Amino acid sequence: MRRIISVLVENAPGALSRVVGLFSQRGYNIESLTVAPTEDETLSRLTLTTLGDDHKIEQITKHLNKLIDVVKLVDLTEGSHIERELMLIKVKASGAQRAEVKRCVDIFRGQIVDVTSTLYTIQITGASDKLDAFLQAVGDASIIEVVRTGVCGISRGEKVLSL
Amino acid sequence: MLIRALKDEGVEFVFGYPGGAALHIYDAIFRQSDVKHILVRHEQAATHAADGYARATGKVGTVLVTSGPGATNAITGIATAYMDSIPMVVISGQVQSHLIGEDAFQETDMVGISRPIVKHSFMIKHASEIPEIVKKAYYIAATGRPGPVVIDVPKDLTHPAYTFPYEYPEKVKLRSYTPATRGHSGQIKKAVQLLLGAKRPIIYSGGGVVQGNASHLLKELVDLLNYPVTNTLMGLGAYPGTGKNFLGMLGMHGTYEANTAMHHSDVILAVGARFDDRVTNTVSKFCPNAKIIHIDIDPASISKTVTADVPIVGAVDSVLGEMLALIKDSDEKPDAEALASWWGQINDWRERHGIYTQNRFDTSSDKIKPQEVIQAIWEVTKGDAYVTSDVGQHQMFAAQYYLFDKPRRWINSGGLGTMGFGLPAAMGVQMADRDATVVCVTGEGSIQMCIQELSTCTQYHLPVKVICLNNQALGMVRQWQDMQYSSRYAESLYEDSLPDFVKLAEAYGHVGIRVTKKEELKAKLAECFALKDRVVFMDIMVDQSEHVYPMHVAPNGSMRDMLLSKTERT
Ligand SMILES: Cc1cc2nc3c(=O)[nH]c(=O)nc-3n(C[C@H](O)[C@H](O)[C@H](O)COP(=O)(O)OP(=O)(O)OC[C@H]3O[C@@H](n4cnc5c(N)ncnc54)[C@H](O)[C@@H]3O)c2cc1C
Ligand SMILES: Cc1ncc(C[n+]2csc(CCOP(=O)(O)OP(=O)(O)O)c2C)c(N)n1
Ligand SMILES: [Mg+2]
Repeated sequence: MRRIISVLVENAPGALSRVVGLFSQRGYNIESLTVAPTEDETLSRLTLTTLGDDHKIEQITKHLNKLIDVVKLVDLTEGSHIERELMLIKVKASGAQRAEVKRCVDIFRGQIVDVTSTLYTIQITGASDKLDAFLQAVGDASIIEVVRTGVCGISRGEKVLSL
Repeated sequence: MLIRALKDEGVEFVFGYPGGAALHIYDAIFRQSDVKHILVRHEQAATHAADGYARATGKVGTVLVTSGPGATNAITGIATAYMDSIPMVVISGQVQSHLIGEDAFQETDMVGISRPIVKHSFMIKHASEIPEIVKKAYYIAATGRPGPVVIDVPKDLTHPAYTFPYEYPEKVKLRSYTPATRGHSGQIKKAVQLLLGAKRPIIYSGGGVVQGNASHLLKELVDLLNYPVTNTLMGLGAYPGTGKNFLGMLGMHGTYEANTAMHHSDVILAVGARFDDRVTNTVSKFCPNAKIIHIDIDPASISKTVTADVPIVGAVDSVLGEMLALIKDSDEKPDAEALASWWGQINDWRERHGIYTQNRFDTSSDKIKPQEVIQAIWEVTKGDAYVTSDVGQHQMFAAQYYLFDKPRRWINSGGLGTMGFGLPAAMGVQMADRDATVVCVTGEGSIQMCIQELSTCTQYHLPVKVICLNNQALGMVRQWQDMQYSSRYAESLYEDSLPDFVKLAEAYGHVGIRVTKKEELKAKLAECFALKDRVVFMDIMVDQSEHVYPMHVAPNGSMRDMLLSKTERT
């Protein structure tokens, strides 16, 4: 199953490499990884998505918790949560295609953020499957370049991940 | 300031080797006398010696090496300590801060290279951080599940001109590190109930009981319940080897009675043991009828390979203490009838194929059998020596035939299986206890991986007894080649190229004794151990064809599937 794990780590040199190293060392895979400082400058928040059965995920969270730099973590997929990813995508947009692409962007509530006579650069946010769906809708033939941030997420309701 | 911090931390010994990036630190060592430095002959030996010291005393071992090759030479020893959860602090010199990242002379990314084999590491960025980082390093190394910690120190930050107000912190606080101590009391209650209700119980204890200084509690528990107990390779001595409830070691080369009892048990109390693959054999066939209680300080050890029915995260001493109190208070007593019949069964297994009820090797052979050598060492040292070992058949024979009655007496590399560990580890033990009898059981293969340390023994008057079970082969490899490769001995023989170990020992200023005849064995060993103040190298020519038995049948075998000799299997 796909899981989203959010981790608060010390904003210290080497912390990120310890997390990433743990995954490669123990043969766990990382689908996506995002990391940035938080409002507390001593902490960074890292979100990673990974695939695995319950046993594997349990080992992953246990080993992450063992890292001295990891302060706290939560498996967001254990409860209801909000997941977002941002994608920037360049697509061919000339002739009849132009209107077609524009309609598609509207349906997915995206924005066209840059234009040339033959290209649109589009920004879309949402859960990863929505971004996948957009890519499918536009079709491989029109896609020129795709960049995605990877998932970040937060729990719904009162639940928070903080110290 | 670094050395002052070590002194304030209470460090007695530093095992190390100098070099450019560490020279300011070495100069500081020269100018004081509280922290003693032991100059080894290879950095790998520094780590093993510090490791041996740590295993024998329970204190943190300390290593000091220079950057680049000094640091990389230490890696094997760090990995060895990591796999066996041994507390160690390794201080490595680093090139000057402004040169880092420029492929400077003797630069290596020590923090990066050691990352997968340390509990944690630090790179010092400002000299003023040194006291606090040293304090944290020792704290992290020693607490929770112990392990090695690296401190990488750029040379400029140890420059004597660099002064700053020094204060050694009394305590450390790390918000992200709070090792478990007490176990969950509800889980402990559940465990006690399960344990008391067992009909075919067994206690499977490991290195965590030795590390966690809980051997006396384990013994009390075993005596109170009269349950059988087996130890892992790392746990030997946690329960007395000559104790009546002891079934011997379990696992790949465990005894028939220990492995068979595990297989048929209905409740297993696993304490400070990590269900290693050398123990479980095929996991899906592991102890099919057993409910498992697992006590471990590291949550990641629990249900890693074998799922626990009652997991308890906590320190062994605290959890066993609580269990004992509950058992003593409880009205429920173990089922005496079931227990009697379980012991009847176990004693029958012992009689049938046990290695302690009868010698299972050919005692009539005129060749010296390695098992006999270990038995003879046990006799002459009255079972009370520190025994370090290298890796191979000799290690397994030592584990099987030297019965350890005390914890911290058996010192070997179990998790990594590092050939070359034995001699330097013995030096560390002898540093910790100058009067103790310290034996290094080794093979002619392993000893050559760190033989240069015979010179260190000379310098520091470390009268270690090296007992080489010389089978003129990489015996453990040869055994597997016999069993799985139709005796094709690919690169496990030396074609008459072995050195004359007696002369070699003499060249280092030590005593060398060769034993070729079985009749001479005991007398020569007595001669060896009578030379209290000398290093003695015993080169004992043993039967090359001997295999280690029992041995788990693999692949696809269960705990009880064993080869018992070259011709028998269960
Ligand atoms: C050639 C060879 C053959 C081998 N054959 C065998 C064999 O037949 N049988 C065998 O058993 N091994 C064998 N081994 C060793 C094996 O590889 C493992 O090293 C060993 O089984 C692990 O022992 P352990 O389970 O006691 O764990 P250790 O590695 O000693 O780990 C200790 C466990 O206790 C926990 N712990 C530490 N401190 C505490 C505390 N204070 N409180 C609570 N928990 C704590 C740790 O978290 C860890 O999980 C062999 C090795 C070699 C090289
Ligand atoms: C550093 C290292 N290299 C290789 C091995 C693989 N290995 C395990 S046992 C063994 C043979 C050891 O030979 P020896 O020391 O003579 O002991 P014996 O088995 O003959 O008693 C080897 C090569 C190892 N454990 N460690
Ligand atoms: Mg050999």
